[in-house]
Amino acid sequence: MTVSSPPVKLEKPPQNYLNWAFGIKSWLLTTDHKRIAILYLITVTLFFALGGLAASLVRFELITPQGDLMSADNYNKSFTLHGMLMVFFFLIPGIPAVMGNFLIPLMIGAKDLAFPRLNLASWYVFMVGGLFTMTVIVVGGVDTGWTFYTPYSSTYSNGAVILAALGIFAAGFASIFTAINFVVTIHKMRAPGLTWFRLPLFVWAHYATSIIILLGTPVLAITILMVGIERMFKIGIFDPALGGDPLLFQHLFWFYSHPAVYIMVLPSMGVISELITAFTRRRIFGYKAIALSSLAIALLGFLVWGHHMFVSGQSVYAGLVFSAITFMVAIPSAIKVFNWTATLFKGTISFTTPMLYALGFIGLFTIGGLTGLFLGAAAVDVHVTDTYFVVAHFHYVMVGATIMAYMGAIHFWWPKITGKLYNEGWGISSAIIIFVGFNLTFMPQFIMGYLGMPRRYYAYPDEFQIYHIASSAGAAILAFGYVLPLFYLLYSLFFGPKAGDNPWNAKGLEWTTASPPPHENFEETPIVTEEAYAYPVPQKAEVTSGA
Amino acid sequence: MAHNQPSVVAPYFRDIDQQREANTLGMWVFLATEVMFFGGLFMAYTVYFFNYPDAFHEGSRELNLILASINTFVLLTSSLTMALAVRSAQTDNRKWLIIFLIATIVLGLVFLGLKGVEYGEKFQHHLVPGPHFEWDGSFFYEVQLFFGLYFATTGLHALHMIIGVGVLTYFVFKAFRGHFTSVSYDPVEMVGLYWHFVDIAWVFIFPLYYLIDRTIQ
Ligand SMILES: [Cu+2]
Repeated sequence: MTVSSPPVKLEKPPQNYLNWAFGIKSWLLTTDHKRIAILYLITVTLFFALGGLAASLVRFELITPQGDLMSADNYNKSFTLHGMLMVFFFLIPGIPAVMGNFLIPLMIGAKDLAFPRLNLASWYVFMVGGLFTMTVIVVGGVDTGWTFYTPYSSTYSNGAVILAALGIFAAGFASIFTAINFVVTIHKMRAPGLTWFRLPLFVWAHYATSIIILLGTPVLAITILMVGIERMFKIGIFDPALGGDPLLFQHLFWFYSHPAVYIMVLPSMGVISELITAFTRRRIFGYKAIALSSLAIALLGFLVWGHHMFVSGQSVYAGLVFSAITFMVAIPSAIKVFNWTATLFKGTISFTTPMLYALGFIGLFTIGGLTGLFLGAAAVDVHVTDTYFVVAHFHYVMVGATIMAYMGAIHFWWPKITGKLYNEGWGISSAIIIFVGFNLTFMPQFIMGYLGMPRRYYAYPDEFQIYHIASSAGAAILAFGYVLPLFYLLYSLFFGPKAGDNPWNAKGLEWTTASPPPHENFEETPIVTEEAYAYPVPQKAEVTSGA
Repeated sequence: MAHNQPSVVAPYFRDIDQQREANTLGMWVFLATEVMFFGGLFMAYTVYFFNYPDAFHEGSRELNLILASINTFVLLTSSLTMALAVRSAQTDNRKWLIIFLIATIVLGLVFLGLKGVEYGEKFQHHLVPGPHFEWDGSFFYEVQLFFGLYFATTGLHALHMIIGVGVLTYFVFKAFRGHFTSVSYDPVEMVGLYWHFVDIAWVFIFPLYYLIDRTIQ
């Protein structure tokens, strides 16, 4: 089913951000937030493909109980590369640097972000980080896991650790640049009439995300720097043999890396609020609760890092407090899920591709969130620490939820970004394939993890093989699901029908301008007079054109 | 003047007030990340200070209090000249803007020079962590850790100073060409905020590393 575009005015100016200037230089030196978003889209997709390749090596190795495909060392390097690329080069920049970059100025009626050159610098710094990481692969890889625990990373692992650390350092600063831009833009560049509580929830979510990036990432950066100093000068900052404390590394690392989960998930939640309102054609239930719960997640998220360290030897009392706050952080997340569900309730739902992803998100995020409560309970955590249960949990939250939202966002705003419509049939099929593949990959991991299969092992007892085979089969389906959109989206770019300004009949300033938007976003600055998601209240017999 | 105005405001801002507010907020947000950046090192300092108080006291006694005190005075004075430079830009006083910018640069360079002398002393006394580190008393590793943190923290601070001096030098040239007026002074104000931050960071570094053991014999 293709959504027919409503008749639009034909005197629409043909010039848009894509044909505004031509040539490689006009892209590499652009300060247009929309073009930078495209640059990010391309690079992030490449990193995702590489990270996926590393993951498939891991899943191939695990089909048989023996370590037969590769050596233990290479296996360690594969999952480290997979984690590094996916976390720092896909999940963290994914939605903010691509969708946020493209949409925030459009959603708030601004001509660009506050610091366009800083925005471009962000992409270049990101590329430098990527270059370092690519070099790591060439010189032999690192085997520390994406967590870089000391003293392993600082004393025993090979020299590429410094290079890998520099890559993450650079990627971190790229995200800081983006976050500075978002905070300032959202504060200072909203269109007249666009008050805080009229902002789309996507913008609220990115505001909260930016705060986390700004307060968390510098701590990761300095921690990485200290590991580098320790390696180069043999000062035992984290090495117990030299008087250092390896737990300090874990504290500093998780002070960033737990909130980093929210860097991935909060923008996703913002996307979901947009998708659900557009395809139920309703005002969102509990707007303020959702908006403020983003901030609550951002703040509480900084107080729970110790739940990664229940078995590390930290104080029992610290463990108790961290456990209690971990339960508390579930509340704002649940507020969102309940509000989305309430919005769906008795709504006129159209099951389009983006909406399927949104519904998939709610399912996967709920599973991931609830199993997170298992892990937040210190006693249960002791049993399943460093097993596949943890692996499954964080894949549901970080990957399942974030990728569902990312794909949903790409599909929903594809007509706006490119001006073209993709084929709904293909879109729906790939959404279903991804959902099925994802669950088949990670559901068995919950079971084998609970039964005692430890993570990061390349060989395992025979009794776990059935789960590993199921998981690898799921991964193959998942990979197929990821490849499909690449084809039909690219196809639509050249042969897809014209989208028109607002193919979904959705609310939001980004839909009031042309598709693709002109270079300066709006011909004149819009003036906002209504709430976000001001869909007609469903009292009268309503006839919706979008469904 | 009316002809000059449009070139001062970037096309994506509504007016100069919006631009100035955005720049100011951007700088403050950036400084917040800087606080967290230095915060990691202060965190490490705090943990190891409480783990190894005796070693830290002994290490601290090796630092050159006189040079650091002079440096503190120099840096605080440079904050004054920086503030006066901003004031001069706001009041369209190009001559004094240039003088105060240069004064700030000179004071910054004095600070870095004295810091270099201090580092040189540490090299001579084999107090630089690494294979050449020597320590006769007890707590070999702990004292080395103290010096490791000392070099990391003051080194990072000095790096910030160098960047600041670089930007200020660039601004001297821009000031000569009349880039900064009472309308377009905010770049000077922004680098001023940065400079004050670097100054404040030193106000914390100085007592934590130099003054912790000066009351005990
Ligand atoms: Cu966590």
